[in-house]
Amino acid sequence: MALSLTDKRLRAALLAAPLVVFVAVTFLAPLALMLVRSVYEPAVADSIPATLNALAEWDGRELPDEEAFRIAGMEFVALNAERRLGSVATRVNRLQSGMRSTMLGTARALGNDPPAGSWRDAMIAADEDWAEVSTWLAIGRAGERITPRHYLNALDLDRGAVGEIVAQPEDRRIYVSLLVRTFGISAAITLISLMLAYPVAWLLAHAPPSRAGVLLLLVLVPFWTSLLVRTTSWIVLLQNQGVINDLLVVIGILAEEQRLAMIYNMTGTIIAMVHVLLPFMILPLYSIMRTIPPRHMQAAASLGASFWQSFRRVYWPQSLPGVAAGSLLVFIMSIGFYITPALVGGRTGQLISSMIAYHMEQSLNWGLAAALGAILLLLVVLLYLIYNRLVGIDRMRLG
Amino acid sequence: MSIATDTQIEFINISKSYDGKTMVLPNLNMSVRRGEFLTLLGPSGSGKTTCLMMLAGFETPTSGEIRVNGESVHNLPPQKRDMGMVFQNYALFPHMTVGQNLSFPLEVRGTAPDERARRVQRALEIVRLEDYGDRRPGQLSGGQQQRVAIARALVFEPGVVLMDEPLGALDRRLREQLQLEIRSIQRELGVTMVYVTHDQQEAMTLSDRIAVFNHGEIQQVAAPETLYEEPAREFVARFVGDNNLLRGTVRSVDGEVCKVQVGEGLVEAFMVEPLEVGDQTVLAIRPERVVLSPSMEYSNTVTASVDDMVFQGDHWRVSVTTFNQPEFVVKIPNFIGQGGILPGDRVRVGWTVIDCRALPDESR
Ligand SMILES: Nc1ncnc2c1ncn2[C@@H]1O[C@H](COP(=O)(O)OP(=O)(O)OP(=O)(O)O)[C@@H](O)[C@H]1O
Ligand SMILES: [Mg+2]
Repeated sequence: MALSLTDKRLRAALLAAPLVVFVAVTFLAPLALMLVRSVYEPAVADSIPATLNALAEWDGRELPDEEAFRIAGMEFVALNAERRLGSVATRVNRLQSGMRSTMLGTARALGNDPPAGSWRDAMIAADEDWAEVSTWLAIGRAGERITPRHYLNALDLDRGAVGEIVAQPEDRRIYVSLLVRTFGISAAITLISLMLAYPVAWLLAHAPPSRAGVLLLLVLVPFWTSLLVRTTSWIVLLQNQGVINDLLVVIGILAEEQRLAMIYNMTGTIIAMVHVLLPFMILPLYSIMRTIPPRHMQAAASLGASFWQSFRRVYWPQSLPGVAAGSLLVFIMSIGFYITPALVGGRTGQLISSMIAYHMEQSLNWGLAAALGAILLLLVVLLYLIYNRLVGIDRMRLG
Repeated sequence: MSIATDTQIEFINISKSYDGKTMVLPNLNMSVRRGEFLTLLGPSGSGKTTCLMMLAGFETPTSGEIRVNGESVHNLPPQKRDMGMVFQNYALFPHMTVGQNLSFPLEVRGTAPDERARRVQRALEIVRLEDYGDRRPGQLSGGQQQRVAIARALVFEPGVVLMDEPLGALDRRLREQLQLEIRSIQRELGVTMVYVTHDQQEAMTLSDRIAVFNHGEIQQVAAPETLYEEPAREFVARFVGDNNLLRGTVRSVDGEVCKVQVGEGLVEAFMVEPLEVGDQTVLAIRPERVVLSPSMEYSNTVTASVDDMVFQGDHWRVSVTTFNQPEFVVKIPNFIGQGGILPGDRVRVGWTVIDCRALPDESR
């Protein structure tokens, strides 16, 4: 049966269609939505349009005029009656802490006892925050539909009185250092994995086939074991009263009060993640090393090179594509890893992923979570491009 | 062509087993002279590579000793043995240029850069690849890659060059061309060469001497002409060139000549080693030494019936049945033409005593 070229293309498209749809629905669409959410936040703007309208003409230097106070006050009271003020107040609160109680308290007070005279005086009487210019600036900013504030926030930046970009106060800077730590820990994990995986991959690639099969099986077993099981096993092994500490105390290397803190800190994260990610380093290395003929090392020896000379000049350069592939894979996976650091990381072993999860699940600041995710994505892509320039992705093979 | 006769390499009572059970080489004794081209020839699995690998230091003998220049090399690792090796699949380093490949053995020896460049250039000239120094091995043809491999094994001027079926992967024409090149390079440089092949034609072309291997045992070591003209063992007679083999029993012995009963007939043969009346023997007769319609001076003449005739260019290959055995081959040089015979004809064929060698029967 002869198919024309277009028929073949059509058939190929149809065969790939289910997967394309699946990926589009479960991956691309959520990704796009999250990226949109990181810059677009209409909730406040939709809830208090009149207030924002009034503030639009305000110069931001002195307090707004009586008219603005009245419009805002009435809108708050009306929203509160519909029980919709809470979500607006939460969002304003993210820009200026204390604003949630200020807004809800004021709305309650004004609703119970509508001011006869000046709304301005009544609101300031209800809460002194209303006499601050910054309060009104915060409301104005919270009302921006398209906003860079999540990104600024994610980079420990803020906007000053006239909208200029300033650093967050010292005690509120967390994300940049967390990001740096994430990259540092990931680099350490990658390096340790490489050092552990390289000899094993060598063994696998150059062992006689029967033995290589068994060894490969041992490497693959972790893939068949739940990630949770593997991570919690590390808790059993590493904790203060755990197997390793007990052993060290029993054989007398450590005194009872010298037990090592190997878990619920950065050490725990690194140990457990190296274990989890090791196969992703071994397999690409193995697949490259298998293609390097053992004859090459023999040839180098017969040409007079010592083992290290042969390794450094002949074997290592040929294994680089595998090193590159494995390292990139492990590094990128570590950067976004969540479960393991969450379980064994304690306070110092947390990665940026746990912050994203926190903002997704606890603080419900999805915009910030999205911004953090987007920054991570951008950094990984950048890294990939640099790496591609240095190593050449066409030289890299995964298997 | 003069060959220095002092011994450079000796295998003394070498045995080798990979698994501790089967002996790949039971007991090997062999020596290589300085400046000679020695070929290890034998069928697949006969232990040629094993021999070479032990000499290069990649395998250790199970027992026995290998000496180079009179000294045991048992404790010398491969990189200290000063032997250039050419592997079957070249084993060129793909991430280095041709020039870097050649420069590598000099760099690890700490040769000065200008000397290095000079020697690399010289080695490239020897294999006629002067303009290819900047290419990568992947950009060369198979023949060119093999030349690079040879140059790399020569560039550091090792005392011995080892080659394991270096031409195995090449087509016939290229193989023949490279054989001649290897031969002239070796003669020119005077380097000692140990060469492995299972191609007897190649062994003949290249070697000063050939060691014929079978089942890990050396059957005969001799110059190509000697090996061809005077095979000492049945295996050699079979493996080197074509031979008609007739089995029979010794009936009488007279000096170096014996009479052997083959089927109903009696054949006069030259004894390679002393045989006694009643011994089983194998007679080896080269097809090109058999003549049709022999004259009186041929001591052996028999009647045969022609089964088949095949034209082979330089000769006709005539297969006949004689002594009730088919597949007795006679080669008629084509200047005689077809010899006026046709399949089905009955003819007389004959050969001299000296062309009929009685070898010990190894079939039992
Ligand atoms: N590394 C090894 N481990 C186990 N057995 C081996 C090994 N190398 C060779 N042998 C066995 O030793 C015997 C001789 O092998 P060797 O490679 O020396 O033969 P060869 O003459 O070079 O054959 P070929 O012409 O096929 O290369 C064979 O039976 C082979 O199976
Ligand atoms: Mg071999």
